[in-house]
Amino acid sequence: MKPNFHSPPAGARARRENLAAAMLLAPFALVFLLFFLVPALQTLYLSLTESSLTRTSGFVGLANYATLVQDPGFWASLGNTFYFALLTVIPLTALGLVMALLVEHFTRARSWLQGAFFLPFVLPISVMTLIADWMLQPSSGIVNHLLGTQRAWLADLHWAMPMVAIGTIWWTVGFNMLMFIAGLRNIPVDLYEAAALDGARGFTLFRHITWPALRPVVGTAVLLSLIASLKIFGQTYILTTGGPFNTTRVTLHYMYETAFTQSDAGYAAAIAMAFVAIVIALSLLQGGLVRWSARKRA
Amino acid sequence: MKRRSSIGWSAVALVSAITLAALWVFPLLWALSTALRPEHETVSSVFHFLPRTWTLEAFAKVLGAGNVPRWLFNSAVVAVLVTVLTMALSLMAAYAFSQMRFRGRGWLFGLTMVAFLLPFEALLVPLFRTMNQLGLINSYAGIVLPQVVSPMVIYVFKQFFDAIPKDFREAAVIDGASPARVLWSLYLPVSANIVWAMAIVTFIGAWNNFLWPFIIVTSNDMMTIPLGLTQTYDAYGVRYAQLMAAALLGALPAGLAYVLFQRRVTQGFLAASGLK
Repeated sequence: MKPNFHSPPAGARARRENLAAAMLLAPFALVFLLFFLVPALQTLYLSLTESSLTRTSGFVGLANYATLVQDPGFWASLGNTFYFALLTVIPLTALGLVMALLVEHFTRARSWLQGAFFLPFVLPISVMTLIADWMLQPSSGIVNHLLGTQRAWLADLHWAMPMVAIGTIWWTVGFNMLMFIAGLRNIPVDLYEAAALDGARGFTLFRHITWPALRPVVGTAVLLSLIASLKIFGQTYILTTGGPFNTTRVTLHYMYETAFTQSDAGYAAAIAMAFVAIVIALSLLQGGLVRWSARKRA
Repeated sequence: MKRRSSIGWSAVALVSAITLAALWVFPLLWALSTALRPEHETVSSVFHFLPRTWTLEAFAKVLGAGNVPRWLFNSAVVAVLVTVLTMALSLMAAYAFSQMRFRGRGWLFGLTMVAFLLPFEALLVPLFRTMNQLGLINSYAGIVLPQVVSPMVIYVFKQFFDAIPKDFREAAVIDGASPARVLWSLYLPVSANIVWAMAIVTFIGAWNNFLWPFIIVTSNDMMTIPLGLTQTYDAYGVRYAQLMAAALLGALPAGLAYVLFQRRVTQGFLAASGLK
Protein backbone atom coordinates (compact mmCIF):
# COMPACT_ATOMS: atom_id res chain seq x y z
CA MET A 1 0.00 0.00 0.00
CA LYS A 2 1.32 3.38 -0.96
CA PRO A 3 0.77 6.23 1.49
CA ASN A 4 -0.72 9.35 -0.02
CA PHE A 5 1.37 12.43 0.71
CA HIS A 6 -0.62 14.91 -1.25
CA SER A 7 -3.97 14.95 0.47
CA PRO A 8 -4.71 15.49 4.15
CA PRO A 9 -4.26 12.15 5.97
CA ALA A 10 -6.94 10.70 8.22
CA GLY A 11 -7.21 8.69 11.43
CA ALA A 12 -4.24 7.09 13.13
CA ARG A 13 -1.81 8.16 10.44
CA ALA A 14 -2.94 11.74 10.83
CA ARG A 15 -2.37 11.60 14.58
CA ARG A 16 1.10 10.15 14.05
CA GLU A 17 1.95 12.84 11.51
CA ASN A 18 0.61 15.59 13.77
CA LEU A 19 2.71 14.31 16.65
CA ALA A 20 5.88 13.99 14.57
CA ALA A 21 5.38 17.48 13.15
CA ALA A 22 4.79 18.88 16.63
CA MET A 23 8.04 17.38 17.85
CA LEU A 24 10.01 18.75 14.91
CA LEU A 25 8.46 22.19 15.33
CA ALA A 26 8.52 22.38 19.13
CA PRO A 27 12.07 23.73 19.64
CA PHE A 28 11.66 26.50 17.08
CA ALA A 29 8.10 27.27 18.17
CA LEU A 30 9.19 27.69 21.78
CA VAL A 31 12.00 30.14 20.94
CA PHE A 32 9.78 31.94 18.44
CA LEU A 33 7.00 32.32 20.99
CA LEU A 34 9.20 33.49 23.87
CA PHE A 35 11.62 35.71 22.01
CA PHE A 36 9.59 36.96 19.09
CA LEU A 37 5.82 36.66 19.29
CA VAL A 38 5.33 37.57 22.95
CA PRO A 39 7.73 40.56 22.77
CA ALA A 40 5.98 41.73 19.59
CA LEU A 41 2.60 41.75 21.36
CA GLN A 42 4.22 43.26 24.45
CA THR A 43 5.51 46.20 22.41
CA LEU A 44 1.93 46.94 21.42
CA TYR A 45 0.63 46.54 24.98
CA LEU A 46 3.48 48.50 26.60
CA SER A 47 2.84 51.38 24.24
CA LEU A 48 -0.58 51.74 25.88
CA THR A 49 0.82 51.82 29.41
CA GLU A 50 3.01 53.94 31.62
CA SER A 51 5.73 51.38 32.29
CA SER A 52 9.33 51.46 33.41
CA LEU A 53 12.07 49.14 32.21
CA THR A 54 11.26 46.63 34.94
CA ARG A 55 7.64 47.32 35.97
CA THR A 56 4.42 47.42 34.01
CA SER A 57 2.01 49.90 35.49
CA GLY A 58 -1.10 51.83 34.52
CA PHE A 59 -3.00 51.50 31.28
CA VAL A 60 -3.12 54.95 29.70
CA GLY A 61 -4.75 54.25 26.36
CA LEU A 62 -3.35 56.34 23.51
CA ALA A 63 -1.73 58.93 25.77
CA ASN A 64 1.81 57.94 24.71
CA TYR A 65 0.87 58.42 21.07
CA ALA A 66 -0.70 61.78 21.84
CA THR A 67 2.58 62.85 23.45
CA LEU A 68 4.54 61.42 20.53
CA VAL A 69 2.90 63.52 17.81
CA GLN A 70 3.74 66.69 19.76
CA ASP A 71 7.25 65.67 20.80
CA PRO A 72 9.87 67.83 19.04
CA GLY A 73 12.61 65.37 20.10
CA PHE A 74 10.87 62.57 18.23
CA TRP A 75 10.29 64.62 15.09
CA ALA A 76 13.87 65.85 15.11
CA SER A 77 15.15 62.28 15.40
CA LEU A 78 12.87 61.24 12.54
CA GLY A 79 14.18 64.15 10.48
CA ASN A 80 17.76 63.06 11.17
CA THR A 81 16.90 59.49 10.18
CA PHE A 82 15.40 60.59 6.87
CA TYR A 83 18.32 62.93 6.22
CA PHE A 84 20.64 59.94 6.64
CA ALA A 85 18.44 57.88 4.29
CA LEU A 86 18.54 60.71 1.75
CA LEU A 87 22.34 60.75 1.92
CA THR A 88 22.72 56.98 1.52
CA VAL A 89 19.95 55.35 -0.52
CA ILE A 90 20.74 56.77 -3.97
CA PRO A 91 24.55 56.42 -3.71
CA LEU A 92 24.13 52.87 -2.38
CA THR A 93 21.95 51.95 -5.35
CA ALA A 94 23.88 53.76 -8.08
CA LEU A 95 27.31 52.75 -6.82
CA GLY A 96 26.16 49.15 -6.32
CA LEU A 97 25.04 49.04 -9.94
CA VAL A 98 28.29 50.57 -11.23
CA MET A 99 30.33 48.11 -9.18
CA ALA A 100 28.30 45.16 -10.48
CA LEU A 101 28.78 46.29 -14.09
CA LEU A 102 32.52 46.63 -13.50
CA VAL A 103 32.80 43.20 -11.85
CA GLU A 104 30.96 41.58 -14.75
CA HIS A 105 32.94 43.55 -17.34
CA PHE A 106 36.41 42.60 -16.13
CA THR A 107 35.95 38.84 -16.22
CA ARG A 108 39.54 38.02 -15.39
CA ALA A 109 39.73 40.23 -12.32
CA ARG A 110 36.15 39.37 -11.32
CA SER A 111 36.70 37.67 -7.99
CA TRP A 112 39.33 40.24 -6.91
CA LEU A 113 37.10 43.17 -7.75
CA GLN A 114 34.06 41.58 -6.15
CA GLY A 115 36.13 40.77 -3.07
CA ALA A 116 37.41 44.34 -2.78
CA PHE A 117 33.91 45.81 -2.98
CA PHE A 118 32.21 43.24 -0.75
CA LEU A 119 34.73 42.65 2.03
CA PRO A 120 33.70 45.70 4.13
CA PHE A 121 30.18 44.27 4.34
CA VAL A 122 31.33 41.33 6.46
CA LEU A 123 33.09 43.53 9.03
CA PRO A 124 31.48 44.21 12.40
CA ILE A 125 29.99 47.70 12.65
CA SER A 126 32.46 48.70 15.34
CA VAL A 127 35.40 47.87 13.08
CA MET A 128 33.95 50.20 10.46
CA THR A 129 33.44 52.95 13.05
CA LEU A 130 36.91 52.51 14.58
CA ILE A 131 38.58 52.84 11.18
CA ALA A 132 36.36 55.81 10.21
CA ASP A 133 37.08 57.53 13.50
CA TRP A 134 40.83 57.03 13.06
CA MET A 135 40.81 58.30 9.49
CA LEU A 136 38.76 61.36 10.48
CA GLN A 137 40.85 62.36 13.52
CA PRO A 138 41.35 66.15 13.57
CA SER A 139 45.14 66.18 13.98
CA SER A 140 46.52 62.75 13.07
CA GLY A 141 43.79 61.53 10.71
CA ILE A 142 44.69 60.71 7.13
CA VAL A 143 41.69 62.55 5.65
CA ASN A 144 42.79 65.87 7.11
CA HIS A 145 46.35 65.14 6.09
CA LEU A 146 45.38 64.50 2.47
CA LEU A 147 43.09 67.53 2.33
CA GLY A 148 45.48 69.76 4.25
CA THR A 149 42.78 70.59 6.80
CA GLN A 150 42.38 70.29 10.57
CA ARG A 151 38.66 69.72 10.68
CA ALA A 152 36.94 67.74 13.47
CA TRP A 153 34.62 66.09 10.97
CA LEU A 154 32.50 64.14 13.43
CA ALA A 155 32.04 67.11 15.76
CA ASP A 156 31.10 69.40 12.88
CA LEU A 157 27.45 70.44 12.68
CA HIS A 158 27.31 70.08 8.90
CA TRP A 159 29.78 67.29 8.30
CA ALA A 160 28.96 64.75 11.02
CA MET A 161 26.00 63.10 9.29
CA PRO A 162 27.53 63.08 5.78
CA MET A 163 30.64 61.42 7.23
CA VAL A 164 28.51 58.76 8.93
CA ALA A 165 26.77 58.29 5.57
CA ILE A 166 30.07 57.88 3.70
CA GLY A 167 31.24 55.30 6.24
CA THR A 168 27.96 53.44 5.87
CA ILE A 169 28.16 53.47 2.07
CA TRP A 170 31.69 52.05 2.20
CA TRP A 171 30.52 49.43 4.66
CA THR A 172 27.32 48.19 2.99
CA VAL A 173 27.38 48.91 -0.77
CA GLY A 174 28.81 45.44 -1.44
CA PHE A 175 25.47 43.87 -0.71
CA ASN A 176 23.69 45.94 -3.36
CA MET A 177 26.47 45.10 -5.80
CA LEU A 178 25.79 41.41 -5.12
CA MET A 179 22.09 41.83 -5.92
CA PHE A 180 22.92 43.60 -9.18
CA ILE A 181 25.42 40.91 -10.16
CA ALA A 182 22.71 38.30 -9.64
CA GLY A 183 20.34 40.44 -11.74
CA LEU A 184 22.90 40.81 -14.53
CA ARG A 185 23.51 37.07 -14.64
CA ASN A 186 19.80 36.45 -15.09
CA ILE A 187 19.72 38.38 -18.37
CA PRO A 188 19.75 35.88 -21.26
CA VAL A 189 22.90 36.18 -23.40
CA ASP A 190 20.84 35.73 -26.60
CA LEU A 191 19.33 39.17 -26.07
CA TYR A 192 22.76 40.78 -26.32
CA GLU A 193 23.74 38.59 -29.28
CA ALA A 194 20.59 39.45 -31.21
CA ALA A 195 21.04 43.17 -30.52
CA ALA A 196 24.71 43.00 -31.46
CA LEU A 197 23.72 41.47 -34.81
CA ASP A 198 21.50 44.51 -35.33
CA GLY A 199 24.58 46.66 -34.82
CA ALA A 200 23.90 47.81 -31.27
CA ARG A 201 26.87 48.18 -28.95
CA GLY A 202 28.18 49.92 -25.87
CA PHE A 203 25.75 52.24 -24.19
CA THR A 204 22.91 51.33 -26.57
CA LEU A 205 23.03 47.74 -25.30
CA PHE A 206 22.91 48.99 -21.74
CA ARG A 207 19.99 51.31 -22.38
CA HIS A 208 17.81 48.88 -24.29
CA ILE A 209 18.64 45.53 -22.66
CA THR A 210 20.54 45.80 -19.38
CA TRP A 211 18.63 48.69 -17.82
CA PRO A 212 15.06 47.42 -18.52
CA ALA A 213 16.02 43.95 -17.27
CA LEU A 214 17.54 45.40 -14.10
CA ARG A 215 14.71 47.77 -13.19
CA PRO A 216 13.05 45.37 -10.73
CA VAL A 217 16.43 44.86 -9.02
CA VAL A 218 16.86 48.64 -8.77
CA GLY A 219 13.48 48.77 -7.01
CA THR A 220 14.51 46.05 -4.57
CA ALA A 221 17.87 47.71 -3.91
CA VAL A 222 16.21 51.06 -3.17
CA LEU A 223 13.71 49.43 -0.82
CA LEU A 224 16.25 47.33 1.09
CA SER A 225 18.68 50.26 1.36
CA LEU A 226 15.88 52.52 2.56
CA ILE A 227 14.77 50.08 5.27
CA ALA A 228 18.37 49.49 6.36
CA SER A 229 18.92 53.28 6.50
CA LEU A 230 15.84 53.83 8.63
CA LYS A 231 17.24 51.29 11.09
CA ILE A 232 20.46 53.24 11.58
CA PHE A 233 21.63 53.29 15.18
CA GLY A 234 25.08 51.82 15.77
CA GLN A 235 26.97 54.05 13.33
CA THR A 236 25.85 57.31 14.90
CA TYR A 237 25.71 56.00 18.44
CA ILE A 238 29.34 54.88 18.33
CA LEU A 239 30.79 57.67 16.19
CA THR A 240 28.97 60.73 17.50
CA THR A 241 26.64 59.60 20.33
CA GLY A 242 24.00 61.63 18.56
CA GLY A 243 25.97 64.86 18.57
CA PRO A 244 26.91 67.54 17.77
CA PHE A 245 23.80 69.21 19.18
CA ASN A 246 21.66 66.13 18.49
CA THR A 247 22.14 66.53 14.73
CA THR A 248 22.85 62.79 14.41
CA ARG A 249 20.42 61.55 17.05
CA VAL A 250 18.27 59.15 15.02
CA THR A 251 14.91 57.56 15.85
CA LEU A 252 16.26 54.28 17.23
CA HIS A 253 18.74 56.24 19.32
CA TYR A 254 15.86 58.26 20.72
CA MET A 255 13.96 55.05 21.46
CA TYR A 256 17.02 53.54 23.12
CA GLU A 257 17.53 56.58 25.35
CA THR A 258 13.86 56.73 26.28
CA ALA A 259 13.86 53.07 27.31
CA PHE A 260 17.29 52.49 28.77
CA THR A 261 18.40 55.87 30.08
CA GLN A 262 15.06 57.29 31.17
CA SER A 263 13.46 53.90 31.87
CA ASP A 264 10.26 54.99 30.13
CA ALA A 265 9.42 51.66 28.48
CA GLY A 266 5.83 52.65 27.67
CA TYR A 267 6.84 55.70 25.65
CA ALA A 268 9.75 53.81 24.05
CA ALA A 269 7.27 51.15 22.91
CA ALA A 270 5.12 53.85 21.32
CA ILE A 271 8.20 55.11 19.45
CA ALA A 272 8.88 51.52 18.37
CA MET A 273 5.32 51.15 17.08
CA ALA A 274 5.58 54.40 15.10
CA PHE A 275 8.91 53.18 13.70
CA VAL A 276 7.37 49.85 12.63
CA ALA A 277 4.45 51.66 11.00
CA ILE A 278 6.83 53.85 9.00
CA VAL A 279 8.98 50.91 7.87
CA ILE A 280 5.97 48.84 6.79
CA ALA A 281 4.22 51.79 5.12
CA LEU A 282 7.34 52.64 3.10
CA SER A 283 7.77 48.99 2.08
CA LEU A 284 4.19 48.83 0.84
CA LEU A 285 4.41 52.22 -0.85
CA GLN A 286 7.62 51.29 -2.63
CA GLY A 287 6.19 47.91 -3.67
CA GLY A 288 3.11 49.69 -5.02
CA LEU A 289 5.22 52.19 -6.95
CA VAL A 290 7.21 49.41 -8.60
CA ARG A 291 4.03 47.60 -9.66
CA TRP A 292 2.48 50.86 -10.87
CA SER A 293 5.48 51.81 -13.02
CA ALA A 294 5.62 48.26 -14.41
CA ARG A 295 1.93 48.48 -15.36
CA LYS A 296 2.39 51.87 -16.92
CA ARG A 297 5.15 50.55 -19.14
CA ALA A 298 3.22 47.46 -20.21
CA MET B 1 33.47 56.39 -34.90
CA LYS B 2 31.70 53.52 -33.17
CA ARG B 3 34.96 51.75 -32.39
CA ARG B 4 36.43 54.87 -30.87
CA SER B 5 33.48 55.35 -28.53
CA SER B 6 33.72 51.73 -27.40
CA ILE B 7 37.42 52.17 -26.63
CA GLY B 8 36.47 55.30 -24.72
CA TRP B 9 34.03 53.32 -22.61
CA SER B 10 36.63 50.66 -21.88
CA ALA B 11 39.02 53.31 -20.64
CA VAL B 12 36.34 54.82 -18.41
CA ALA B 13 35.52 51.37 -17.06
CA LEU B 14 39.15 50.59 -16.35
CA VAL B 15 39.80 53.87 -14.56
CA SER B 16 36.58 53.53 -12.53
CA ALA B 17 37.36 49.96 -11.56
CA ILE B 18 40.85 50.80 -10.37
CA THR B 19 39.78 53.97 -8.54
CA LEU B 20 36.82 52.36 -6.79
CA ALA B 21 38.74 49.21 -5.84
CA ALA B 22 41.57 51.35 -4.43
CA LEU B 23 39.14 53.50 -2.46
CA TRP B 24 37.39 50.43 -1.07
CA VAL B 25 40.54 48.57 -0.06
CA PHE B 26 42.38 51.60 1.26
CA PRO B 27 40.72 51.95 4.71
CA LEU B 28 41.59 48.34 5.56
CA LEU B 29 45.16 48.70 4.34
CA TRP B 30 45.47 51.95 6.28
CA ALA B 31 44.22 50.20 9.43
CA LEU B 32 46.77 47.44 8.87
CA SER B 33 49.55 49.93 8.22
CA THR B 34 48.63 51.72 11.46
CA ALA B 35 48.52 48.48 13.45
CA LEU B 36 52.00 47.54 12.27
CA ARG B 37 53.80 50.62 13.60
CA PRO B 38 54.98 51.62 17.05
CA GLU B 39 52.48 53.77 18.95
CA HIS B 40 54.49 57.03 18.77
CA GLU B 41 54.43 56.91 14.96
CA THR B 42 50.64 57.13 14.89
CA VAL B 43 50.65 60.58 16.43
CA SER B 44 53.89 61.77 14.87
CA SER B 45 53.69 65.13 13.16
CA VAL B 46 55.50 63.74 10.12
CA PHE B 47 53.15 61.69 7.98
CA HIS B 48 54.04 58.30 6.46
CA PHE B 49 51.84 55.90 4.53
CA LEU B 50 53.95 52.93 5.61
CA PRO B 51 55.39 52.30 9.06
CA ARG B 52 58.99 53.48 9.41
CA THR B 53 59.55 50.72 11.94
CA TRP B 54 57.56 47.58 11.28
CA THR B 55 56.45 45.89 14.48
CA LEU B 56 53.88 43.43 15.80
CA GLU B 57 53.98 45.16 19.18
CA ALA B 58 50.39 46.45 18.93
CA PHE B 59 49.02 42.95 18.22
CA ALA B 60 51.10 41.47 21.05
CA LYS B 61 49.89 44.11 23.50
CA VAL B 62 46.24 43.64 22.52
CA LEU B 63 46.43 39.88 22.79
CA GLY B 64 48.60 39.88 25.88
CA ALA B 65 46.64 42.15 28.19
CA GLY B 66 43.19 43.61 28.60
CA ASN B 67 39.89 42.13 27.55
CA VAL B 68 40.33 41.48 23.84
CA PRO B 69 41.11 37.72 24.18
CA ARG B 70 38.10 37.31 26.46
CA TRP B 71 35.85 39.19 24.00
CA LEU B 72 37.12 37.09 21.09
CA PHE B 73 36.38 33.95 23.10
CA ASN B 74 32.85 35.17 23.92
CA SER B 75 32.23 35.96 20.27
CA ALA B 76 33.40 32.50 19.23
CA VAL B 77 31.10 30.81 21.77
CA VAL B 78 28.14 32.97 20.77
CA ALA B 79 28.68 32.68 17.00
CA VAL B 80 29.09 28.90 17.10
CA LEU B 81 26.05 28.41 19.36
CA VAL B 82 23.88 30.71 17.24
CA THR B 83 24.94 28.96 14.05
CA VAL B 84 24.42 25.39 15.31
CA LEU B 85 21.09 26.17 16.98
CA THR B 86 19.75 28.20 14.07
CA MET B 87 20.61 25.42 11.64
CA ALA B 88 19.11 22.68 13.84
CA LEU B 89 15.86 24.50 14.67
CA SER B 90 15.38 25.83 11.15
CA LEU B 91 16.03 22.48 9.44
CA MET B 92 13.53 20.68 11.66
CA ALA B 93 10.88 23.39 11.28
CA ALA B 94 11.43 23.70 7.51
CA TYR B 95 11.13 19.92 7.10
CA ALA B 96 7.84 19.90 9.01
CA PHE B 97 6.47 22.87 7.04
CA SER B 98 7.56 21.44 3.71
CA GLN B 99 6.94 17.70 3.99
CA MET B 100 4.33 17.05 6.63
CA ARG B 101 0.61 17.64 6.57
CA PHE B 102 -0.58 18.60 10.04
CA ARG B 103 -3.30 20.75 11.52
CA GLY B 104 -2.52 24.44 11.70
CA ARG B 105 0.34 24.17 9.21
CA GLY B 106 -0.87 27.05 7.05
CA TRP B 107 -1.34 29.67 9.73
CA LEU B 108 1.71 28.59 11.71
CA PHE B 109 3.88 29.09 8.65
CA GLY B 110 2.12 32.38 7.90
CA LEU B 111 2.79 33.56 11.44
CA THR B 112 6.45 32.67 11.12
CA MET B 113 6.70 34.63 7.91
CA VAL B 114 5.10 37.71 9.49
CA ALA B 115 8.32 37.94 11.48
CA PHE B 116 9.98 38.97 8.20
CA LEU B 117 8.07 42.22 8.26
CA LEU B 118 8.70 43.20 11.84
CA PRO B 119 12.08 44.82 12.48
CA PHE B 120 13.99 43.25 15.37
CA GLU B 121 14.64 46.76 16.68
CA ALA B 122 10.97 47.04 17.64
CA LEU B 123 11.34 44.12 20.05
CA LEU B 124 14.29 45.47 22.02
CA VAL B 125 12.41 46.89 24.98
CA PRO B 126 10.10 43.94 25.80
CA LEU B 127 12.87 41.49 24.91
CA PHE B 128 15.13 43.12 27.46
CA ARG B 129 12.34 42.96 30.04
CA THR B 130 11.75 39.26 29.33
CA MET B 131 15.46 38.50 29.66
CA ASN B 132 15.53 40.47 32.89
CA GLN B 133 12.65 38.41 34.29
CA LEU B 134 14.33 35.18 33.19
CA GLY B 135 17.60 36.29 34.80
CA LEU B 136 19.42 36.00 31.46
CA ILE B 137 21.09 39.44 31.35
CA ASN B 138 24.85 38.99 30.90
CA SER B 139 24.53 35.30 30.02
CA TYR B 140 25.40 33.36 26.87
CA ALA B 141 21.80 32.10 26.73
CA GLY B 142 20.56 35.69 26.84
CA ILE B 143 22.85 36.75 24.00
CA VAL B 144 22.20 33.66 21.87
CA LEU B 145 18.51 32.79 22.13
CA PRO B 146 16.84 35.75 20.34
CA GLN B 147 19.37 35.38 17.53
CA VAL B 148 18.30 31.83 16.64
CA VAL B 149 14.84 32.95 15.49
CA SER B 150 15.40 33.14 11.75
CA PRO B 151 12.25 32.90 9.61
CA MET B 152 14.41 33.72 6.63
CA VAL B 153 16.54 30.56 7.03
CA ILE B 154 13.40 28.46 7.50
CA TYR B 155 11.94 29.95 4.35
CA VAL B 156 15.07 29.21 2.31
CA PHE B 157 15.28 25.62 3.57
CA LYS B 158 11.57 25.07 2.96
CA GLN B 159 11.96 26.25 -0.63
CA PHE B 160 14.73 23.72 -1.11
CA PHE B 161 12.81 20.88 0.49
CA ASP B 162 9.73 21.72 -1.57
CA ALA B 163 11.76 21.19 -4.73
CA ILE B 164 12.94 17.69 -3.77
CA PRO B 165 10.84 15.03 -5.55
CA LYS B 166 8.26 13.40 -3.29
CA ASP B 167 9.17 9.81 -4.34
CA PHE B 168 12.42 10.39 -2.53
CA ARG B 169 10.73 10.56 0.83
CA GLU B 170 8.00 8.01 0.15
CA ALA B 171 10.54 5.26 -0.47
CA ALA B 172 12.21 5.93 2.87
CA VAL B 173 8.94 6.18 4.79
CA ILE B 174 7.80 2.85 3.39
CA ASP B 175 11.03 1.36 4.71
CA GLY B 176 9.91 2.59 8.13
CA ALA B 177 12.28 5.54 8.59
CA SER B 178 11.27 8.16 11.18
CA PRO B 179 10.93 11.83 10.12
CA ALA B 180 14.12 12.70 11.98
CA ARG B 181 15.95 9.92 10.15
CA VAL B 182 14.59 11.00 6.75
CA LEU B 183 15.62 14.59 7.43
CA TRP B 184 19.10 13.66 8.64
CA SER B 185 20.09 11.06 6.07
CA LEU B 186 18.11 12.07 2.99
CA TYR B 187 17.22 15.76 2.97
CA LEU B 188 20.30 17.11 4.68
CA PRO B 189 22.85 15.55 2.27
CA VAL B 190 20.84 16.65 -0.77
CA SER B 191 20.73 20.24 0.54
CA ALA B 192 24.31 20.31 1.83
CA ASN B 193 25.28 23.28 -0.36
CA ILE B 194 22.57 25.62 0.82
CA VAL B 195 22.94 24.47 4.43
CA TRP B 196 26.65 25.35 4.36
CA ALA B 197 25.89 28.66 2.68
CA MET B 198 23.31 29.60 5.30
CA ALA B 199 25.53 28.37 8.12
CA ILE B 200 28.43 30.59 7.01
CA VAL B 201 26.17 33.61 6.58
CA THR B 202 24.59 32.96 10.00
CA PHE B 203 28.05 32.68 11.55
CA ILE B 204 29.20 35.96 10.02
CA GLY B 205 26.00 37.66 11.12
CA ALA B 206 26.28 36.34 14.67
CA TRP B 207 29.96 37.22 14.93
CA ASN B 208 29.22 40.78 13.81
CA ASN B 209 25.96 41.37 15.67
CA PHE B 210 26.18 44.57 17.66
CA LEU B 211 22.71 45.74 18.60
CA TRP B 212 21.45 42.84 20.71
CA PRO B 213 24.67 42.23 22.70
CA PHE B 214 24.77 46.00 23.23
CA ILE B 215 21.36 45.80 24.93
CA ILE B 216 21.73 42.57 26.87
CA VAL B 217 25.36 42.75 28.04
CA THR B 218 26.45 45.18 30.69
CA SER B 219 29.45 43.41 32.18
CA ASN B 220 32.82 43.77 30.55
CA ASP B 221 33.51 40.04 30.87
CA MET B 222 30.47 39.01 28.83
CA MET B 223 31.02 41.39 25.91
CA THR B 224 31.45 40.07 22.40
CA ILE B 225 34.21 41.60 20.30
CA PRO B 226 32.04 44.03 18.24
CA LEU B 227 30.68 45.40 21.51
CA GLY B 228 34.03 45.33 23.27
CA LEU B 229 35.66 47.30 20.47
CA THR B 230 33.46 50.25 21.34
CA GLN B 231 34.93 50.20 24.85
CA THR B 232 38.56 50.16 23.76
CA TYR B 233 38.97 53.91 24.04
CA ASP B 234 38.68 53.52 27.79
CA ALA B 235 41.14 50.67 27.72
CA TYR B 236 43.70 52.06 25.28
CA GLY B 237 43.11 55.79 25.29
CA VAL B 238 44.41 57.22 22.07
CA ARG B 239 46.71 54.30 21.26
CA TYR B 240 45.72 54.00 17.64
CA ALA B 241 48.07 51.18 16.68
CA GLN B 242 46.48 49.03 19.36
CA LEU B 243 42.95 50.15 18.42
CA MET B 244 43.56 49.17 14.80
CA ALA B 245 45.14 45.88 15.84
CA ALA B 246 42.10 45.07 17.99
CA ALA B 247 39.76 46.07 15.14
CA LEU B 248 41.57 43.84 12.67
CA LEU B 249 41.54 40.90 15.09
CA GLY B 250 37.79 41.41 15.56
CA ALA B 251 37.26 41.46 11.80
CA LEU B 252 39.46 38.44 11.11
CA PRO B 253 37.03 35.50 11.60
CA ALA B 254 34.22 36.97 9.49
CA GLY B 255 36.70 38.30 6.92
CA LEU B 256 38.43 34.94 6.70
CA ALA B 257 35.10 33.13 6.34
CA TYR B 258 34.33 35.41 3.42
CA VAL B 259 37.69 35.08 1.70
CA LEU B 260 37.71 31.28 2.03
CA PHE B 261 34.09 30.67 1.07
CA GLN B 262 33.39 33.59 -1.25
CA ARG B 263 30.96 31.66 -3.46
CA ARG B 264 29.03 30.17 -0.56
CA VAL B 265 28.77 33.55 1.17
CA THR B 266 27.48 35.13 -2.04
CA GLN B 267 24.93 32.34 -2.48
CA GLY B 268 23.90 32.58 1.17
CA PHE B 269 23.40 36.35 1.20
CA LEU B 270 21.39 36.22 -2.02
CA ALA B 271 19.23 33.38 -0.72
CA ALA B 272 18.78 35.24 2.55
CA SER B 273 17.43 38.32 0.80
CA GLY B 274 15.05 36.15 -1.23
CA LEU B 275 16.75 36.95 -4.49
CA LYS B 276 18.00 33.53 -5.59
